[in-house]
Amino acid sequence: MTGLFSEVFLSALLFGAVTAAIPLLLAGLGEQMSEKAGVLNIGIEGMMLAGAYLGFVGAFYSGSLWLGFLTGAGGGVAVALVMALLCVRIGLNQIVIGIALTLGLEGLTALLHHFQFSRSYPRLRAVDVTVIPLLSDIPVIGPALFRQHLIVYLAVALVFAMGYIYRRTQLGLNLQAAGDKPAALDVAGIDVVRTRTVAVLTTGALAGLGGAYLANVGAGLFIPFITNGAGFLGIVLAMLARGRPVWVLFGALLFGVCLSLTTAMQVAGINIPTDVIQMLPFLAVMVMLVLFGRRASLPAALGIPYERGAR
Amino acid sequence: MSVAKRDIVALEGVTKRFPGVVANDSVDLEIRPGEVHVLLGENGAGKSTLIGMLSGLQQPDEGRILVDGEPTAITSPRHALALGIGTVFQHMMLVPTLTVAENLLLGGPWWQRPKTEELEARVAEITRTLGITVKLHAKVSELSLGEQQQVEILRAMVRNSRLLILDESTSMLTPKGIDELGALMRRLVEQGLAIVFITHKLKEAAAFGDRISVLKLGRKVGEIPPERFRALGEQAIISEIVELMFGKQKDDPEAAERPVRTIRAEAAPLLEVRDLAVAPTDDAPGLSSISFDICPGELLGIAGIDGNGQKHLAEALAGQRATVGGSVRLQGTPIEALSVGERRQKGLRYLTDDRLGEGTVGTFPVSINFFLKQVGAAPFWRKGVEQRAEIDKRAAQLVREYDVRTPSLKTPVARLSGGNIQKVLLARELAEGAKVVIFNKPTYGLDLSNTLASRQRIRDTAARGLAVLLISTDLEELLSMCDRIAVISNGSLVGTVENADDARTKVGRLMIGLAA
Ligand SMILES: Nc1ncnc2c1ncn2[C@@H]1O[C@H](COP(=O)(O)OP(=O)(O)OP(=O)(O)O)[C@@H](O)[C@H]1O
Ligand SMILES: [Mg+2]
Repeated sequence: MTGLFSEVFLSALLFGAVTAAIPLLLAGLGEQMSEKAGVLNIGIEGMMLAGAYLGFVGAFYSGSLWLGFLTGAGGGVAVALVMALLCVRIGLNQIVIGIALTLGLEGLTALLHHFQFSRSYPRLRAVDVTVIPLLSDIPVIGPALFRQHLIVYLAVALVFAMGYIYRRTQLGLNLQAAGDKPAALDVAGIDVVRTRTVAVLTTGALAGLGGAYLANVGAGLFIPFITNGAGFLGIVLAMLARGRPVWVLFGALLFGVCLSLTTAMQVAGINIPTDVIQMLPFLAVMVMLVLFGRRASLPAALGIPYERGAR
Repeated sequence: MSVAKRDIVALEGVTKRFPGVVANDSVDLEIRPGEVHVLLGENGAGKSTLIGMLSGLQQPDEGRILVDGEPTAITSPRHALALGIGTVFQHMMLVPTLTVAENLLLGGPWWQRPKTEELEARVAEITRTLGITVKLHAKVSELSLGEQQQVEILRAMVRNSRLLILDESTSMLTPKGIDELGALMRRLVEQGLAIVFITHKLKEAAAFGDRISVLKLGRKVGEIPPERFRALGEQAIISEIVELMFGKQKDDPEAAERPVRTIRAEAAPLLEVRDLAVAPTDDAPGLSSISFDICPGELLGIAGIDGNGQKHLAEALAGQRATVGGSVRLQGTPIEALSVGERRQKGLRYLTDDRLGEGTVGTFPVSINFFLKQVGAAPFWRKGVEQRAEIDKRAAQLVREYDVRTPSLKTPVARLSGGNIQKVLLARELAEGAKVVIFNKPTYGLDLSNTLASRQRIRDTAARGLAVLLISTDLEELLSMCDRIAVISNGSLVGTVENADDARTKVGRLMIGLAA
């Protein structure tokens, strides 16, 4: 077979899908944790941007991708710290603060990048992949799934780790109680503010990591507004996943395929306006929301700041 | 015991203010080991606020709390638990989406795996001595409110508290459950625990207490110490309490004479229910072939142990729960296919027992909560615009009529005391156009004068020619009000008795599974 459906093409498509899915996965898992604990984290797009920028800067100057991931996660945590302070501790409106953080970081990262690199967009060198023996020899999916950077496998492992935390640990119970009935958690002797803060900071770390992956591995460079709505897609994924990390994984892969198709179709020069092609992932969101949105069940106290003794 | 007992906890001149109210005004209280300290007072008297300060939810504005004689600021619920103060709160403090076991495990160190086996053993030990059964692996949302209350009491026990606080913990229990709780409290204080017991039922206070304190409008207005308590008989205690609380003397205030109503036998039933069925869920029996009629002016009671399908019955009639068969006719017209709103329009009203959950929107002002079910309708809304003046005018009227104690019409309804929230609900459901009214535990959590007033309102409702279905676990209440009493057990009606002299024994026999 040749043309659009050659083995090479399919493999590249799938590879692209995974690359596009990882940031969405990390963002979705992070958002899921915040939402479980009752915090609607609209600022996640800003956390991803901070992660993308700081992750790129870290990797660019140190030459180490891993250090880049670390600074990226740190950037996400820094933004999350502001969010936790304003929304969890002081109890300001989560939606307003979330939007403000996202807008603020869009501007800030663009500005800092401009100061630093002016109008040039330096690239990182290509990433090293970890090849998994045997599996990577399978046609089509082998090269796509099993020749990825180590962090990809770690992100997938995280899905199962999260599932374990939610279902099998005391921390999982605490998170769910913080989102469904914070007063009950409080009178059980667990600090609701602290529990939610931990959740928001974890979200920041995961979103930051997702942003760093997007810049350093996905694109190999930083450009302003690089996340392009990935954080918001993460919010959609978290809402549709009904608290289950595996569903975030499935959803992320689905969106990843759409995003990858968009690129592939542009490359293949199919005769459809690019604007239409670029709408594909967002069309997928709409379809998903129509199909499954009704079943999305959100924690009862989502978005409501907790104040002890208030009623 | 002759050993001088020292206070576990003492309050000295404790004052707590909220915007618009002084909830506690310089209250002194001694809580001793080996004593059941009963706290009485009308709705809004400040009982729960006092408990909130002992449990670390709130801090006093003035005064101090002594624990073991040491002035102690109880800074958080965790601190309270560490001091050995375990509380069963008036409003449910369970996470509905978690199982009973998970709720009991809440509070353990976060890095650990929940110790389920340990808990199961501990619970088995406690439930054996209590004689109750608890579905450890059922989701809390699937339990009846009575079962949830048992779980909360169990939780306080699991924690080994030295001071156990029960804020209206008998409101959802059956008479048998209440007696068992009383016996349990006795055993616990004999082991040296201290108990604070809040109730609105004076008989419980007299039967289970050692010491009684009475609050009124935030102030402590009287105390009966153990020596006096023991010297007085039940009747003497009750009349002394009534005097302290209301300043007037009455023998047994709850024993109101049931007025003999004449129901026109020839009148067609207002509500006819035939073979109503609801599918069982994992943890509830569902309903099977429920049939009854209620004539205009008639009060039909549903007695039964909580969790036998009462809630399903009320919800199925109101249209909130899907049925799998049967018919419901209101004034002859079938309504089983109609929606909740359409049934309401036709004159069917349902007063839920879940005041804060489905009954009201806690953050909305009192005024709006009166008209929640009329949102968008004239005269309170015109062309989608809220008519503030109209709403406030009517709301002020209802507040006066139903004696709702609220700082203002704009106060969020959740800030009111439990009893006052109930009055808002009553006022809303009994307003214009009602023909058939379903009451589910209408007086739970109300103080004596409010209970009596509510019962009178329900009687008046029937006297106006409405059909009333009264679901209650309080047999006294049913006997004092109903024309007939049906008994529900495991989702079906096992018998209906006329409320004559022998009704008490007949209903009692039906409830425990014997033929009347
Ligand atoms: N967090 C709060 N914010 C504002 N007002 C409050 C708050 N908590 C209690 N109040 C007010 O304080 C007063 C005392 O309320 P509290 O709940 O202590 O009464 P209660 O004696 O427990 O009544 P009930 O028997 O109805 O439960 C009420 O007027 C109530 O509206
Ligand atoms: Mg109270």
